[in-house]
Amino acid sequence: MLVRSIYKNSLVLGAFALLSIGLIALFHTLTKERILAEMEAKLARTLDELIPPSHYNNDVYHDCTLLASQDKTKNIRFYRMRVDNKPYATVFTTTAPDGYSGAIELIIGITAENNIAGVRVIEHNETPGLGDKIELKKSDWMLQFKALSLATVPADQWKVKKDGGRFDSFTGATITPRAVLSAIRRSLEYVEENKDAIFTQPSNCGAINERQ
Amino acid sequence: MSVEYKQISIDGLWNNNPALVQLLGLCPLLAVSNTLINGLGLGIATTMVLVGSNVSVSLVRHWVPKEIRIPVFVMMIASFVTNTQLLMNAFTYELYLVLGIFIPLIVTNCVIIGRAEAFASKNTIIPSFVDGLTQGIGFSSVLVLLGALREVMGQGTLFDGAHLLLGDWAKVLTIHVYQSEHSFLFAILPPGAFFGLGLLIALKNYIDQKRLQKAQQALTGSAAMDAA
Repeated sequence: MLVRSIYKNSLVLGAFALLSIGLIALFHTLTKERILAEMEAKLARTLDELIPPSHYNNDVYHDCTLLASQDKTKNIRFYRMRVDNKPYATVFTTTAPDGYSGAIELIIGITAENNIAGVRVIEHNETPGLGDKIELKKSDWMLQFKALSLATVPADQWKVKKDGGRFDSFTGATITPRAVLSAIRRSLEYVEENKDAIFTQPSNCGAINERQ
Repeated sequence: MSVEYKQISIDGLWNNNPALVQLLGLCPLLAVSNTLINGLGLGIATTMVLVGSNVSVSLVRHWVPKEIRIPVFVMMIASFVTNTQLLMNAFTYELYLVLGIFIPLIVTNCVIIGRAEAFASKNTIIPSFVDGLTQGIGFSSVLVLLGALREVMGQGTLFDGAHLLLGDWAKVLTIHVYQSEHSFLFAILPPGAFFGLGLLIALKNYIDQKRLQKAQQALTGSAAMDAA
């Protein structure tokens, strides 16, 4: 009797498991293409915002290489823009680990001449109303870096004014801009040191085939 | 609408509102109610899951042995949440990025298993559908109200980010109620959510009490008339 009821219950449970998984599989197949398209469109929007597509003429979504980050903890995608196969710029993500509440994820574009094409925040947990002025939606603080480089602003000037540097901080928030500034400086240094590797490595992570 | 459906609806929206009375699903409620649109987005997702799970639980209620009903319900709910997540990922991608981890968290929202167990497993399909829908709308309206309250106080806007949910045309919907350098941070931060919800619950109880008093007055009034 007991064995029979165990038998029956496991069969019912198994049937419902199959049904649930079947439904998920169905929805997955139905939405797969569209999700991938949305992810690529999002990437395209971000890339286009940093470097206008009219400035280069290669297929940037499929020209991307993985390189170890500065602290060697993970691999980062470097998207490479070229004009007639000559390096024009690279776009990659970088992390400012020392934000006020955790890491700040940035995406930065740097040209082959080591100038900043643009910086944006992708993800952060900074205090709303204080540190969140790094969002373009809240303030245009992030726009001031365009066209700057280590040649125009020496490495020891990539600080807030309070620390003897060149840049304004926000009212009530010094830690956030401090973290962002040093992340930008490190990115500039990284590109200067590794430019050959960034632009000559074979493409090995084109388009989006995995979640970041 | 028969009396029964009317009663189910009134229960879901007011008398037995999941957020204000049952106090279920507070984790996503408090975490995502920082703007009206975030609240609306999670509200719609939760309602979809709630309707889907209620209807299907009601459909299979005769075939599921009592001993294994909870694992079966949980499995069905998990399936609905995953499908909702896939749909949002495909059709409201930006909002999906904003709501992020809170969509899978719907699985742990006690409202859903609560309604499956307390209502759908004992009733036929149509009442279960009405129950899921009205409980979902009841939950969503609290999310939206709390979101609006916190957004206005903390950020000085309404409908900020409407384009995430409705497409680019909705950018014009954003209303700037007031502009200030230093917004009322407290409302946006998590403690503001607790205070906001507390105020809403107090308001509901106040309204209920007033209505009760009025009803009693009317009753004694008519009794007095009868006596006279």
